[in-house]
Amino acid sequence: MTQNAENVLDHFNLFREPEYVGLFENKRKEFEFMPPDDQVAEIREWAKTEEYKEKNFAREALVVNPAKACQPLGAVFAAVGFESTLPFVHGSQGCVAYYRSHFSRHFKEPTSCVSSSMTEDAAVFGGLNNMIDGLANTYNMYKPKMIAVSTTCMAEVIGDDLNAFIKTSKEKGSIPAEYDVPFAHTPAFVGSHITGYDNVIKGILQHFWDGKAGTVPALERVPNESINFIGGFDGYTVGNLREIKRIFGLFGIDYTLIGDNSDVFDTPTDGTFRMYDGGTTLEDTANALHAKATLSMQEYCTEKTLPFIAEHGQEVVALNHPIGVAGTDKLLMEISRLTGKPIPAELEKERGRLVDAIADSTAHIHGQKFAIYGDPDLCYGLAAFLLELGAEPTHVLATNGGKNWAAKMQELFDASPFGKNCKVYAGKDLWHMRSLLFTDPVDFLIGNTYGKYLERDTGTPLIRIGFPIFDRHHKHRYPVWGYQGGLNVLVWILDRIFEAIDANSNIPAKTDYSFDIIR
Amino acid sequence: MSDLRQIAFYGKGGIGKSTTSQNTLAALAEMGQKILIVGCDPKADSTRLILHSKAQDTILSLAADAGSVEDLELEDVMKVGYRDIRCVESGGPEPGVGCAGRGVITSINFLEEEGAYDGVDYVSYDVLGDVVCGGFAMPIRENKAQEIYIVMSGEMMAMYAANNISKGILKYANSGGVRLGGLVCNERQTDKELELAESLAQKLGTTLIHFVPRDNIVQHAELRRMTVLEFAPESKQAEEYRQLAK
Repeated sequence: MTQNAENVLDHFNLFREPEYVGLFENKRKEFEFMPPDDQVAEIREWAKTEEYKEKNFAREALVVNPAKACQPLGAVFAAVGFESTLPFVHGSQGCVAYYRSHFSRHFKEPTSCVSSSMTEDAAVFGGLNNMIDGLANTYNMYKPKMIAVSTTCMAEVIGDDLNAFIKTSKEKGSIPAEYDVPFAHTPAFVGSHITGYDNVIKGILQHFWDGKAGTVPALERVPNESINFIGGFDGYTVGNLREIKRIFGLFGIDYTLIGDNSDVFDTPTDGTFRMYDGGTTLEDTANALHAKATLSMQEYCTEKTLPFIAEHGQEVVALNHPIGVAGTDKLLMEISRLTGKPIPAELEKERGRLVDAIADSTAHIHGQKFAIYGDPDLCYGLAAFLLELGAEPTHVLATNGGKNWAAKMQELFDASPFGKNCKVYAGKDLWHMRSLLFTDPVDFLIGNTYGKYLERDTGTPLIRIGFPIFDRHHKHRYPVWGYQGGLNVLVWILDRIFEAIDANSNIPAKTDYSFDIIR
Repeated sequence: MSDLRQIAFYGKGGIGKSTTSQNTLAALAEMGQKILIVGCDPKADSTRLILHSKAQDTILSLAADAGSVEDLELEDVMKVGYRDIRCVESGGPEPGVGCAGRGVITSINFLEEEGAYDGVDYVSYDVLGDVVCGGFAMPIRENKAQEIYIVMSGEMMAMYAANNISKGILKYANSGGVRLGGLVCNERQTDKELELAESLAQKLGTTLIHFVPRDNIVQHAELRRMTVLEFAPESKQAEEYRQLAK
């Protein structure tokens, strides 16, 4: 073998050495029994046809690469947004390993979360003992201020009742009676990670506002002038929430970010390990009841939370992940309307700068066709921004988007001259998207890291915006909200456009008549 | 919602839970109460006497056709029967496959979210045989049924089942406001039936709220897919159910 300690080859090159090339070839011939190359090529070509697309869209009982994750992932994301809170997932360990690694791969930060380690005996006898022991261990070992309990498939199928289990655990003394343990049932086979986010935020507010599961009297609302803000499930939460804090600061208003996980997903390396960092304080969470209004940045992440808040007497406003000029205008005008404060001059300047940047680059974006996939609100915000830029969001796909979302997207298309040829795909997956990219090609694809397979298969350049982004670092530190955020998104799109132009014009003496220094 | 009374019927399979509950609820409806019956049995026969037919459109069968339960509307699953009693059947899988308990959880969550309980005085859950898993305990979780009635008879196994169910209720009694409302004994004409039932009730720390005497008129009414209250409103048996309803 070529590998030796003096000259260590990394895997990029190692497996191209003759020994490995021969080994792989032999394996293919002797063991894999692949169909002949020309047949593989023929099927690959057929999978690009309109005929195949029709079969693909007629698919009923199979999902291929859904662009969504499960409820407990969103549950963990929401729970870590509270002060010294440890998410506790009632279910098996493997599930929790997935949530932790998923976030750590995206945010490049450790993600603290525990499970009740349910095994086969727990599935048979119910997970009550796991809950009792698990809560005691969590409380004693990691000393959180609050433990937020959610569930996985297993606990949901056998019908474990969190409310009863937590009460019993307290009676058995595994945690103090007055200790905060909000909970939410988050069956992984229902909805998606945005549903789980919604359930946990609602569960936590319910805990603090409605009398902590019947153990104390419900809080009485004494309205004040403060505003609550809920970001929703968001891969850019670190950059976005800090930008939102800056914007609220410029307005000079009282506000509470509900579920502020911007610090825990971005802890500094200064010699101190922070298992918990930042987060909405428990006191603020309780006092959020008194706020004048609650603003949700993502309607489809708060479908149950907002009605719950409205029932308590607050005005609620739902936006759809606003990105760009008009989107941010709407956000700021809502804040201004709710608080009665004028929009700060500083922000007006930033608006002008974003408009200026768009004008500088409009020639390159105008008329370009895009395919977008992701969570419903993100898709909406991005599509609205593209339309604003004069681009066409030709295919917009959300696996976890429903009928209402599809109707809302269609309204958006109908309101713009650039939306004429755009179509929305609710409940479809990335294999559907693959067909679309072949039969109705676009110039660019916007999506998460998994889009790189589509980029490779279809040759559509990928712009990485969404969650998760595993193969590019630190994008989550940049906001996509506010005028500054709009600028970031604009730059990401432009960078990819220019790379594509360069790649298309770099063959010496053939295409390099356009290999320009100035774009 | 404060006036809403939620009750649940449990008991050994074949003991006459559905018959007893439907007859009793029909008597309640006669007194002018607005009632919703939630059938929590994959056999979907909890509302047959009220609707005069076996409900075909169960929540879960419609959800399976539509793709998911989120695609359903309340109107699709709610049927109105005798004296405007609203009926919903949760339905469930064929025997031997799937998980009926999860079906109960899914159905009850759906009903709550869709506001099925608005404007009703009574919600009655009719739950199959034994509380075999967490799903069948769904109706007695917090904010759901506060009163549980166990239908039994003088047979050993029926009393055994009643005892078992009481154990299940005890688990939830700590956390929620749920309590055992009492036993209802359907006469089987076994020896010393009344005495046995009373002593079981005493041991369980509850009361035998009614001893329903055996009367073939119930069978006659069943064959015609009617409650006794509707089939023979003047009969002695109808009066028994009216008593029970009170």
